[in-house]
Amino acid sequence: MKRRDFITATALAAAFGLAGKPVYNVLASKDALASKTGKRLAMVIDLKKFEGNSEMMNKCVDACHSMHNVPDIEGAKEEVKWIWPEPFEHAFLEQNNQFIPENIQNNPILIMCNHCDNPPCVGVCPPKATWKRAEDGVVMMDWHRCIGCRYCMAACPYGSRSFNWRDPRPKIKNITANFPTRSKGVVEKCTFCDERIVKGLEPACVVASKMYEPEAMVFGDLNDDKSNIRKILSENYSIRRKPELSTQPEVYYLI
Amino acid sequence: MLDKIFTGGKKYWAWMIFLSSIIGAGTLAYLHQYEVGLGVTGMGRDVTWAFYISQLTFFVGVAASAVMVVLPYYLHDYKKFGKITILGEFLAIGAVIMCMTFVFVDMGQPLRVVNMFLHPQLTSPMFWDSVSLMGYLVLNIVISRVVLNAERNGVKPPKWIKPVIYTSIPWAVSIHTVTAFLYCGLAARPFWMSAIMAPRFLATAFAAGPALLIIICFVLRKVSKFDVGKDAIQKLAVIAAYAMFANIFFLALEFFTAYYSGMHHHTQHFQLLYVGLEGNSSLVPWMWTSTVLAAISLYILINPNTRKNEKILGFGAIAVFLSIWMDKGMGLIIAGLVPNPLGYVVDYTPTLIELTISAGIFALGALIISALYKSVLTIRRQV
Repeated sequence: MKRRDFITATALAAAFGLAGKPVYNVLASKDALASKTGKRLAMVIDLKKFEGNSEMMNKCVDACHSMHNVPDIEGAKEEVKWIWPEPFEHAFLEQNNQFIPENIQNNPILIMCNHCDNPPCVGVCPPKATWKRAEDGVVMMDWHRCIGCRYCMAACPYGSRSFNWRDPRPKIKNITANFPTRSKGVVEKCTFCDERIVKGLEPACVVASKMYEPEAMVFGDLNDDKSNIRKILSENYSIRRKPELSTQPEVYYLI
Repeated sequence: MLDKIFTGGKKYWAWMIFLSSIIGAGTLAYLHQYEVGLGVTGMGRDVTWAFYISQLTFFVGVAASAVMVVLPYYLHDYKKFGKITILGEFLAIGAVIMCMTFVFVDMGQPLRVVNMFLHPQLTSPMFWDSVSLMGYLVLNIVISRVVLNAERNGVKPPKWIKPVIYTSIPWAVSIHTVTAFLYCGLAARPFWMSAIMAPRFLATAFAAGPALLIIICFVLRKVSKFDVGKDAIQKLAVIAAYAMFANIFFLALEFFTAYYSGMHHHTQHFQLLYVGLEGNSSLVPWMWTSTVLAAISLYILINPNTRKNEKILGFGAIAVFLSIWMDKGMGLIIAGLVPNPLGYVVDYTPTLIELTISAGIFALGALIISALYKSVLTIRRQV
């Protein structure tokens, strides 16, 4: 072997070696679970406590939508919603067994962004206008960066994202001054009330539900083993929406 | 080279003015959409991508298909494609510009598109799709310009252009592979999440593109003295035949995995397309027309007697093109989004505004291609 060939071969081998490690890591990766450092914010929704209490459910939705300047648009086509009631057969369409109890069949379920540990919407967003916040796992949105390509909506398996098909501002009943309104052409969704979390407050929907039931909605940190949410999840069996997709949704439902 | 665009007879100018007026109408419609928002289209919170993105998908295929004339000519030294290689490259230029325009008009905040390059998300196929489309555009502009200028001056093209041409071959495959990656990596959309999406895209591209080139060659024979020759057209027809067969084979494989596994969330999209789902059957006539056209085109392309008859072959090429357009430019994208992730079956009908904007973009592509073809035919004195 000539010296030149030897050096080339060595360089190639080194390059493959360097590339090998990340490739191996990708191949060997397990289901993405949120990091064990920092907070891992999650929510538990107790369906039994919502049964027959559509007033509480509506109050949760209203609290969110009025606080976040969510426009009130008629018709399913251009609707914008952050949290809303959905029948069991649609919220959990893969788990809609034939002979389910009437109380489950007839009571709608609150659904929202699941703040997945492995959010498909984040990876597809071309300008990084949506991202998973490292310190607490909230899936955030930058409404000033969003280009309105709606790739995140195609990628979300939960239908949790809304697009502003027209200027939303004329459709907002009472504008909340300390929260931004959106412009036409951007995507929006629930952000677990990130603006309240930083002040140490709970999400608006959770607060609204507490006016009726203390533990219908419980919000907390799954990385804190002494938290109430961890206690509830270890004492009750919970279900999540489409767990088979490995998105690791962080909204848990007690049935 | 571009100076020749502005010379030409009455018919040429009439055609260009006709296309310009459609572009004008499309521009006016777009200004309305820009002002009001994408609510003027038929799209909604469930069918979030529709006619525009479908056209992007289809025309990326047309653009990529240039490789079907470039590859035989440059890699296999198939001399009979010498005259049409440049036509394929110009077709690619027009098609890529159409694709970029379709993406642009689909954006909710078009002026912010620059954010995609200021803060690129490297895991987003949409970022890579725009990178590969732009690269492909540059490659084809450089190659066609250098090769045509050399031809005009009666000299051999410079040596450095060869590696650039060789680069354009895998690059063409890459643009349509990345377009397939836009869809086939989404766990949320079982209809698209198929490993053969990219091969399917390439098969449709390599059938529809050469079919379009055959049609263009026949048109050029009528309107100019340019004749590519019988052999080149027959070769294009054979390429289209193989690719169309591969396309139908891949589609059959999709049917098999969906229906043999019996998984409802895979089969329901096929039901929407071919028999209708929960009363929604707006795509059914399109898909069956596409199926019939596919069968007719395969017969015409495979049977030597019909293929070698250029009159019949013309119909075969049109059938291939329309069949694939209905499948890919109408059905594929919408069916992936319906039923929505919550199981609701929603309907989608493009609005007049949406169709006018799209017609404007089709006309823009036709205008660019006509102008480029005009320049090459003038240089070759074959007008």
